[in-house]
Amino acid sequence: MSVQTYAELSNGLVYSTMVVLVLALLAFSAELASGSRGRVGRSVAAPARELVGAAAAAGAGAAPAPPAVRSVSDHRADRFGRVGLSLTVLAALLLLGAGTFRGLAAGRAPWGNMYEFSVISALALTVGYLVLVRRLPRLRPLGVFVVGAALLVLGLAVTVLYVDAGPLVPALQSFWLVIHVAAAIVSGAVFTLGGVATALFLVQERGERLGRAGRLSRLLPTAEQLDRAAYRMFAFVFPLWTFAIVSGAIWAEHAWSRYWGWDPKETWALITWIVFAGYLHARATAGWRGRGVAVIALIGLSTFVFNYFGVNLWFSGLHSYGGLPTR
Amino acid sequence: MTVRDEGLETTTLQAPAEPTRPVGLGLVGWLRWTWRQLTSMRTALLLLFLLAVVAVPGSLLPQRSTAPADVRAWIDAHPRAGPLLDRLSAFEVYTSPWFSAVYLLLFVSLVGCVVPRSVQHARALRARPPAAPRVLARLPVHRSYRTAAPPAAVLDAALSAVRAARFRAEPGSGSVAAEKGYLRETGNLVFHLALVGLLVGVGLGALYGTRGDVLVVEGDGFANTVTRYDTFSAGPLADPARIPPFSFTMTDFRAAYQRGGQQDGAPRSFEADLLVRESPEAAARPVRIAVNHPLEVAGTGTYLVGHGYAVRVTVRDGGGRVVLSGAVPFLPRDGRFTSDGVIKVPDARPAQLGFQGILLPTASVDPVLGPVSTFPAPDAPGLFLSVWKGDLGLDTGKAQSVYRLDTSRMERVDLRALAPGDTWSLPQGLGSITFDGVAEWAGFKVRRDPGQGLALGSVVAAIAALMLSLFVPRRRVWVRATPDGPGRTLVEVGGLARTETGGLDAEADALLARIQAAAPPFDTQPGERQRTEPSEEPA
Repeated sequence: MSVQTYAELSNGLVYSTMVVLVLALLAFSAELASGSRGRVGRSVAAPARELVGAAAAAGAGAAPAPPAVRSVSDHRADRFGRVGLSLTVLAALLLLGAGTFRGLAAGRAPWGNMYEFSVISALALTVGYLVLVRRLPRLRPLGVFVVGAALLVLGLAVTVLYVDAGPLVPALQSFWLVIHVAAAIVSGAVFTLGGVATALFLVQERGERLGRAGRLSRLLPTAEQLDRAAYRMFAFVFPLWTFAIVSGAIWAEHAWSRYWGWDPKETWALITWIVFAGYLHARATAGWRGRGVAVIALIGLSTFVFNYFGVNLWFSGLHSYGGLPTR
Repeated sequence: MTVRDEGLETTTLQAPAEPTRPVGLGLVGWLRWTWRQLTSMRTALLLLFLLAVVAVPGSLLPQRSTAPADVRAWIDAHPRAGPLLDRLSAFEVYTSPWFSAVYLLLFVSLVGCVVPRSVQHARALRARPPAAPRVLARLPVHRSYRTAAPPAAVLDAALSAVRAARFRAEPGSGSVAAEKGYLRETGNLVFHLALVGLLVGVGLGALYGTRGDVLVVEGDGFANTVTRYDTFSAGPLADPARIPPFSFTMTDFRAAYQRGGQQDGAPRSFEADLLVRESPEAAARPVRIAVNHPLEVAGTGTYLVGHGYAVRVTVRDGGGRVVLSGAVPFLPRDGRFTSDGVIKVPDARPAQLGFQGILLPTASVDPVLGPVSTFPAPDAPGLFLSVWKGDLGLDTGKAQSVYRLDTSRMERVDLRALAPGDTWSLPQGLGSITFDGVAEWAGFKVRRDPGQGLALGSVVAAIAALMLSLFVPRRRVWVRATPDGPGRTLVEVGGLARTETGGLDAEADALLARIQAAAPPFDTQPGERQRTEPSEEPA
């Protein structure tokens, strides 16, 4: 197959992924809509030991489950949830193919511009979600938000950020691109997953505080579970993000002569790092819980998102690697 | 300041023996009070978030260290806000007093927090795990069973089981106490100390480092002395007279560009061939450098960071004498390398000559924009020159840019477009200029940073230590064996996680299995095996 064929195949796979993700979004939405009478994911409760373990580790009692009433709608909701999960697996496989063929077309790692970064980010997001659900099956209802975020990223990629597959400018031709950007992509996916869990935590916490458990909130994991899951994700991603910054600094030394130069991208990466350092200190060391810490995490996530879109597109800096024909 | 301090004071000073107001404490009291404030977690968090906030303006406003021309333009464009912000160091945010104050206070707070904790941790490392609590069943994780083995045998088995699971264990009377995960706190402390190492490394680089920029035309050379640089700056403690005396000649420079397609004209590779001498006496060795592949000589890095074109010209004056022959660098103004430059000919007679020029590597004339280059490679070079006569102003003693013509005492004579090989006979018997062709020049950054190794070592240590401090679970386990009637022993295992890392249940089960291998339970099914943790799921 020719390079051109690879590139077209990759683009086709990205569009197919978007179709599959729309279907997954519908399935997850149907899960939430039809499971309104019971708790979602009861049938996946058996392998939920990790959550129990996490609860034990935190030394806190988990919220008592409501009386087990397995209704017809529970079964239907669960089936929709499973369909959503299967479609997400399919989407991840399609994106893997899209990335692979894009890499073959360009003859390099497929994350050299914003379009490719976005496609691989969607892949990391879906795979990250699948890993998360495997470890913490209770979190399956997050799927609707994760799939929504992946769709948004892919939508921006194909409409605003698209560039043809091709080689890179000399500054990006480095072994460190593969390492630094891969670390940033995985970090971004986990930041996003943690952010989704944190945002839902705020919703659940409010419902529990006011004693108003809405229809939706009965389907989602409890505030306690969401808070713990978010913390574990942020604790996992913090060293990875540190590594992303450090590998970027090493690369910057090779390419631009200095390892740190307060380029807007570097500055905002450090700001994200500082905010999450604050989150970990508040959450783990000072033992703060609740809304305050959640807000810190969401601020941290927004600095990351701003660093990606805002700094790349609006700021002039050395990281203007969007590769877009018009600046 | 006082208002805020007093507000904090009432909430953070908890020791009742301390006076509630720091006034009248004397110097020592004041210092202690300040130190406590500074090293409290609340202050550390405040400083951390403050650091994130004060880092923002430097990304929004142009900074002198990276874009001095943008700073001048910004101040000119904002005559009211510009000078005011300048006085507030808004264009040198990262070296400003307020930014420095925040991060220095943060590091003082960090040291003040880490040092006492290190002492505490050193003590904990030598201490024994705490004895078993009276009621193990109250612990978050609890298992129990009955066996025929005597208590002493059970405890022996328990001791070897916890040690096999890498616990630090302490046999007590009737029980075994075990703890593991000390590496977590070690990692935490090493991480914070490594950040101090990073700060020292950055500081060393700023104090003792040197950096400079130099532009070298193909065929020319560079020797590492201060006078040879176009711009040079050194840290306050660096000795510019003693920088390593290496030198090189650039024999060739090659650039390749994308031809056709969406990214037509995008650069694809830059390479420079150098002949390098480590010292004036050393033999020259050929080195090829490129973007991302710098030259390393004598602790100094030479980085290829830019390139452009120089025009090769020969200028004869009114008397037919060759007064200039060589390559004059022009500076690119866009991605297609439309380049601007000037040629100064002070030795020309009857009048000094100055040329303002635009070089187009691939020349074309746009009806709106005028002469522009359509491709960055020198496919069809064109040189647009205007010639000025008069006084170049070089004898006034004022420093002049080589890229700008001071036309205040000059008079424009004529303009002309030239292709390579063309000779332009200047009017009024001023002489002639021949456009011999174009040469490429490369821009190098030469940098020496003695703190770089320490900074790198520190961050590597920091990441490793960070992972320990986040992922190593710290947990305590106790095993108690109590006689429970004749020939029966009640075995209890209790576990307490001191961190939010999961897996304590699995650990307790594994320990239980090992103990049961040595002291088997009465029945094959452990009758009273239980979890005190309320299960999240209905059974």
